[in-house]
Amino acid sequence: MIAALKALFGRAEAPAVAEPSDPPARQLALVIDLNVCVGCHACVTSCKEWNTGGAAGPLFDDNAYGANPTGTFFNRVQTYEAGVFPDTETIHFPKSCLHCEEPPCVPVCPTGASYKRKSDGIVLVDYDKCIGCKYCAWACPYGAREIDEARQVMTKCTLCVDRLEDSSLAVDDRKPACVKACPTGARLFGDVKDAGSEVARAIRERGGYSLMPEWGTRPANQYLPRRVVAAAADRHEGNPAAENGAAGAVVAGDARTAGAADAAAGAPRP
Amino acid sequence: MNPAFSVVVFTLAAGAGQGLVAAIAVALLIGVPIDAPFVRTALAAAIALLLVGLAASFLHLGRPARAWRAVAMWRTSWLSREVIVLPAFIALVAAWWWASGHAKSVAAMTLLPLAALAGAALLWYCTAMIYACLRFIEEWAHPLTIVNFSLLGVSSGLMLASALAALAGANRVRGPMAAAAAAATLVAWIARALALRRNAALRHRSTLQSATGIRSPRLVQTSMGMSAGSFNTREFFHRASLAALARLKLAAHVLAFALPCLLAALVAAGALPPLLSVVAALVQFPGLVADRWLFFAQAKHPQNLYYQVVS
Repeated sequence: MIAALKALFGRAEAPAVAEPSDPPARQLALVIDLNVCVGCHACVTSCKEWNTGGAAGPLFDDNAYGANPTGTFFNRVQTYEAGVFPDTETIHFPKSCLHCEEPPCVPVCPTGASYKRKSDGIVLVDYDKCIGCKYCAWACPYGAREIDEARQVMTKCTLCVDRLEDSSLAVDDRKPACVKACPTGARLFGDVKDAGSEVARAIRERGGYSLMPEWGTRPANQYLPRRVVAAAADRHEGNPAAENGAAGAVVAGDARTAGAADAAAGAPRP
Repeated sequence: MNPAFSVVVFTLAAGAGQGLVAAIAVALLIGVPIDAPFVRTALAAAIALLLVGLAASFLHLGRPARAWRAVAMWRTSWLSREVIVLPAFIALVAAWWWASGHAKSVAAMTLLPLAALAGAALLWYCTAMIYACLRFIEEWAHPLTIVNFSLLGVSSGLMLASALAALAGANRVRGPMAAAAAAATLVAWIARALALRRNAALRHRSTLQSATGIRSPRLVQTSMGMSAGSFNTREFFHRASLAALARLKLAAHVLAFALPCLLAALVAAGALPPLLSVVAALVQFPGLVADRWLFFAQAKHPQNLYYQVVS
């Protein structure tokens, strides 16, 4: 009893933070290139299409052809406007589960339905164990989880885990549906722990950053900031700052995003 | 957050039940003259409240038939710990209720009240830590959350004990209970007012800039990526107007704290008839509902940064 009480109170200081367990040797993740996302939502629809046909059953849809359609989606494309007219930029911003290396949603789950897979770092939900208490969704600062209103279990991006391991698919198809669907190649996929992979190189060489670094969740998914292109810089002709590429770069990793990956890469920032 | 009524009812009913148990336990331990029939009545009322809370907690689940699974992750999850402690506490109070019907044994008079007191405190801690451990919900991630869950439970439990004593004609108990209720409610009011003030002045660490990594000082969302809402817009936005929130806050201050505190103090001083303790407890209930609703509504989840503009 005393030992149990100690165990209970001993964790009060570091609540909801995953124990620093053995980090997975592999960490599959997406890297989103904000330079080329055109906001077409093909990743959203292909995600819904693939995942609604999976073994777990269809994803909830309500009033799909009515005035107020709603339903379960694992991926969204949002749009932001940065800057002041006339120097504004429209940024399309895909958002799905970031498969954090310290996922705050996992330790809070009372049943163990939420877990981070040791072999490749994908954060998954065991639908058969989920009791639909929604506590994991409260514990995710990114809003990456959605309860499926029909099945009453928590759902989220699985990185299309059922595609990755399907040996009946051609090797090139063993990727998340969103990656296959993106017409501009804005979604890179791979093992961010493998220094030679396309995603690790992109993060290293192009200043990949993570979202809300202030909470120490260490998202595996990273975003590639917009680059200043010649046309944009030209508009600032006569502005010395523009010529060395400082102005116009309204999109870039937040200074506070300089996490481990950035620091290791020492990537110069625009 | 969008307050879930199941959770509001659960935390209030269980909290009041715990407070009632703690009130009787302390009264016995410090030697307030309290007779066995009244102890049994109060404990039965507490068990009923705890069972109402337990039932309400099931209503919050999407898959209540699987609720038993929630005991599994007690090593990491405060919710799991609460799920273990709540039934254990109910069993403990039931054992005390049973024992208090028998001879004045040491177990009934000392050991079980002590254990029940510890159990009530542990359950408050578990319940409050469910919220306080979510570090990025900054309204909740503060020791005042634990203080307030405990003090509101103590206050409502003492109000109930004082009302029950008046109804049961337990004349030697009702005076001390009313006095303790007034004092506890005053302390709870101060602590809750501190939390409300802190939350009103809170500057959140996450901004649209940190949420998107887009550094521009002027950054606005033009589309959240859908036209008609999703779980993200239903679960995390309460949609009440600022005026409604202000009215609720006033209701909480007056009904949960000021009025019951005043009534209990006047009853304790003998200026009002004892039955007004019942009025105090009845008035406090809607006030506590308003206050607990505000506790959830006031929490601004960082995910809301991503869901600002429909189109």
